[in-house]
Amino acid sequence: MTTKRKPVPLNPAEIKAEMLKRYPPKVARRRDKQIMINEALANDTPEITANVRTIPGIISMRGCTYAGCKGVILGPTRDIVNITHGPIGCGFYSWLTRRNQTDASGAGDANYMTYCFSTDMQDKDIIFGGEKKLEQAIQEAYDLFHPKAIAVFATCPVGLIGDDIHAVAKRMKEKFGDCNVFAFSCEGYKGVSQSAGHHIANNQIFRHVVGEKDEKRPGGFQINLLGEYNIGGDGFEIDRILKRCGITNIATFSGNSTYDQFASAHTADLNCVMCHRSINYVADMLETRYGIPWVKVNFIGAGATAKSLRKIAAYFENPELSGQVEALIAEEMPAVEAARKDVHARTGGKTAMLFVGGSRAHHYQELFKEIGMKTLSAGYEFAHRDDYEGRRVIPHLKVDADSRNIEELVVEPDPERFQPRIDGDRQKSLEAKGLTFKDYEGMVPDMAAGTLVIDDLNQYEAEKLVRAFKPDIFCAGIKEKFSIQKLGVPMKQLHSYDSGGPYAGFRGAINFYREIDRMVNSKVWGYMKAPWQENPELSATYVWE
Amino acid sequence: MLLRHTSAEITERKALTINPAKTCQPIGAMYAALGVHGCLPHSHGSQGCCAYHRSALTRHYKEPISAATSSFTEGASVFGGQANLLAAIENIFAVYEPEVIAVHTTCLSETIGDDLPQITEKARRSGKIPEGRHVLYASTPSYVGSHVTGFSNMVKGMLAVAEPTGTKNGRVNIIPGWVEPADMEEIKRLAALVGVDITLFPDTSGVLNGPLSGEFHMFPEGGVTIKQLKSTPDSIGTLALGEWCSADAARHLDSLFKVPCRVLEMPYGLKATDRFIDALRKIAGVPVPEEVNLERGQLVDLISDMHQYFYHKKVALVGDPDPLIALVEFLATVDMCPVHVLTGTPGKRFEKKIKQLTAGMPFNVNVRSSADMFLLHQWIKNEPVDLIIGNSYCKYIARDEDIPLVRFGFPILDRVGHQYFPTVGYKGGIRLLEKVLGALLDRKDRDDSEQSFELVL
Repeated sequence: MTTKRKPVPLNPAEIKAEMLKRYPPKVARRRDKQIMINEALANDTPEITANVRTIPGIISMRGCTYAGCKGVILGPTRDIVNITHGPIGCGFYSWLTRRNQTDASGAGDANYMTYCFSTDMQDKDIIFGGEKKLEQAIQEAYDLFHPKAIAVFATCPVGLIGDDIHAVAKRMKEKFGDCNVFAFSCEGYKGVSQSAGHHIANNQIFRHVVGEKDEKRPGGFQINLLGEYNIGGDGFEIDRILKRCGITNIATFSGNSTYDQFASAHTADLNCVMCHRSINYVADMLETRYGIPWVKVNFIGAGATAKSLRKIAAYFENPELSGQVEALIAEEMPAVEAARKDVHARTGGKTAMLFVGGSRAHHYQELFKEIGMKTLSAGYEFAHRDDYEGRRVIPHLKVDADSRNIEELVVEPDPERFQPRIDGDRQKSLEAKGLTFKDYEGMVPDMAAGTLVIDDLNQYEAEKLVRAFKPDIFCAGIKEKFSIQKLGVPMKQLHSYDSGGPYAGFRGAINFYREIDRMVNSKVWGYMKAPWQENPELSATYVWE
Repeated sequence: MLLRHTSAEITERKALTINPAKTCQPIGAMYAALGVHGCLPHSHGSQGCCAYHRSALTRHYKEPISAATSSFTEGASVFGGQANLLAAIENIFAVYEPEVIAVHTTCLSETIGDDLPQITEKARRSGKIPEGRHVLYASTPSYVGSHVTGFSNMVKGMLAVAEPTGTKNGRVNIIPGWVEPADMEEIKRLAALVGVDITLFPDTSGVLNGPLSGEFHMFPEGGVTIKQLKSTPDSIGTLALGEWCSADAARHLDSLFKVPCRVLEMPYGLKATDRFIDALRKIAGVPVPEEVNLERGQLVDLISDMHQYFYHKKVALVGDPDPLIALVEFLATVDMCPVHVLTGTPGKRFEKKIKQLTAGMPFNVNVRSSADMFLLHQWIKNEPVDLIIGNSYCKYIARDEDIPLVRFGFPILDRVGHQYFPTVGYKGGIRLLEKVLGALLDRKDRDDSEQSFELVL
């Protein structure tokens, strides 16, 4: 086996210049602002440009608004019939491709996640309008399945031809009486990435579903988990941990979720935000309307999991809960530690790059750190500046034409149901004890000086980075996987985890350590060259007589 | 049950498609374009289309799928996508340096009426297309036809570069249709064996079944070259394999440049491969070598050896029209009984053809085009089968109904091998029968009682 060449110390400014060199001037100017060298300033972070348009022709990792809305946010909810209104493709591609797991094993549980519903618009629908077909499709879905709810998702042509999907949904909801019907104007061209779709999805769930069910669920220490999508069973592991601590999870937005969970989310006492990007505004809205405060949590990484559990315990200020949390951490950590130590021996000192999502490029650095791996470069696919630099930049965010397109709901306190879970004094005393509310410091402060932070990385830049730094592992999505691996560097999917998971929580951490160990130490990376390619000269060889 | 809401009772649906047996045109255009050497496919629409197509193709082929997009925003959707496409063409040639860009449209750019010939011409006149580079295009509205239509449209679009010289080049054009890279390789091998010089287009072999060697080439060695495409009008004839995928381009060459064409079934199975070889020898005027007879004989031998396990086994098939027609004929050849045959792609001719091929079967045969897998599942519930042949989505039906599945078609997201092992030709026929037999006998071994469980089968 050949030994890998150790990377020469590289100057990030040179690498950046190299990446920009071939671009036409206009492209170079734009990319320049999205590639940031982390100067790790003491009290500040350098500014990065994010959540801006993708450059035509540049092979981006990003998807569209529909993908963010139907695929990411509503995809993991099992008992809503999701009808894609449009030509067949969008529904087809978002059918079972995100590895959201669900537990529909209860008697009578509905599960439509294995189904793809579409109006399969034809040219005549585009010419004459598709509202009638949509109405008929909703009727047929209702007649066949009698679901609790039917959701309609607009694809690009729907907005262009002017189908009023919201009017159709309203009409059908009134007609049925026992089935909530609502629609999402999530045409692919809205916004600059999936992020716009998350927002459109969450707004409509907040508007049409949250608050529909006032009945208080049993169980102590009631929280919602916001921004957890149960990829590869992450949500199952988090739920296992929460349950063992005696914490009741009312609703996960939206991994392994049901309609009723969303409907009763307003009854919880604390919102725990996992993926800041996809859902922080829901946490804000739940606070304004119902008085539920929120904290940022992270269950990716064993240390982060323990920290998040303690944060939740600190909020409830209940000795019994704190005791259960500490007992669980004490019980779970030895196995984690044993796995970590074992793996660290083979992964320590290795390097990683992460370009994914709106949170994961940050959260997964924790896991890599736990096994001694250094992050050389990271960035998000669809995040905003606050996800890089922290929420303190929110007041200074530029609102451009694209962000203006995405509705911001104006939320007022609910006249009957607004009930602040903690008063000002208690909040102050909790803050004095170190609990921070509504806070996220972003990814950049956690990254080392001189690392490259790159927003909306594209295929060309990825190749340059990998060639320059030769990282031991690169993390992105399925589209990036094989162009990186062809270069002899393992590529871990952090959107859908390849076929692995869960990676959240304590057991997830062990899974991840072992997976990374497997990937960076696989023998396959030593087979790139045949013996005669390694030693082409014939002089020293023996000759058949 | 994974598909627990599917009931046996079939009701007519006019508007709701459930579990589609097709996808949209642009992905077919993207796949076809990858079969042109040095070509970067370009999706003229919002970036999600391109992301979805790249993801689906990557998951199926387990290879890098490079393709670009016009990344429409709301502004482009309202004011037209010309500025985005012009910028894209300029950026692509500057950054990725392909020899060819193959642009296809989407439902978005089609609905707003973007005119590709006009925009491409503008790009050319304003110097955005470097000397010696090419921009191909095809109109592929997602709301017409299916992924198969998009494939066909892009193959036809490739002929825009055709330049007859007036002198025949002695070659035969073969349009393979949407088959695997390994199948394209096999078609080339068979033609070489018969001794016919061919131009295969598109040709994804060497592009989507590449090696792992520590090198990444955005534009690998494989693919039909522009030079070869230019010369297609000088060929002595064209064989189009599959009416849906390949006939349009072949007829286009015929009507424009008087290149005689024959439309054949895709060469899956004994008889379709016989017709392919026979056509090849006649069009080129060469005798068929003994090696081909040997391969044919081996397939016939296997059919005879395994006939006892195939005879009157009922099969449900779902997929694209061209491969299904050939497969149904193949199954009938080995005395199996396709009883449910369904495609999402439109085409009444498909239904007619399948009915012809299955006439005289001892079972009633359900056939539908423009249909979905929800209906297929309902058919299976009403008339159970011994085997399902179709893409990975079939595994949900297979598991719920406890029926063996042979993965075939697009997409296959949960197994590998389809990129490497051809299923066309005689050798491909052997591979197909091996898979079918394996599935049937694994099931028999699982189900047989201990008394009747046997070592020798």
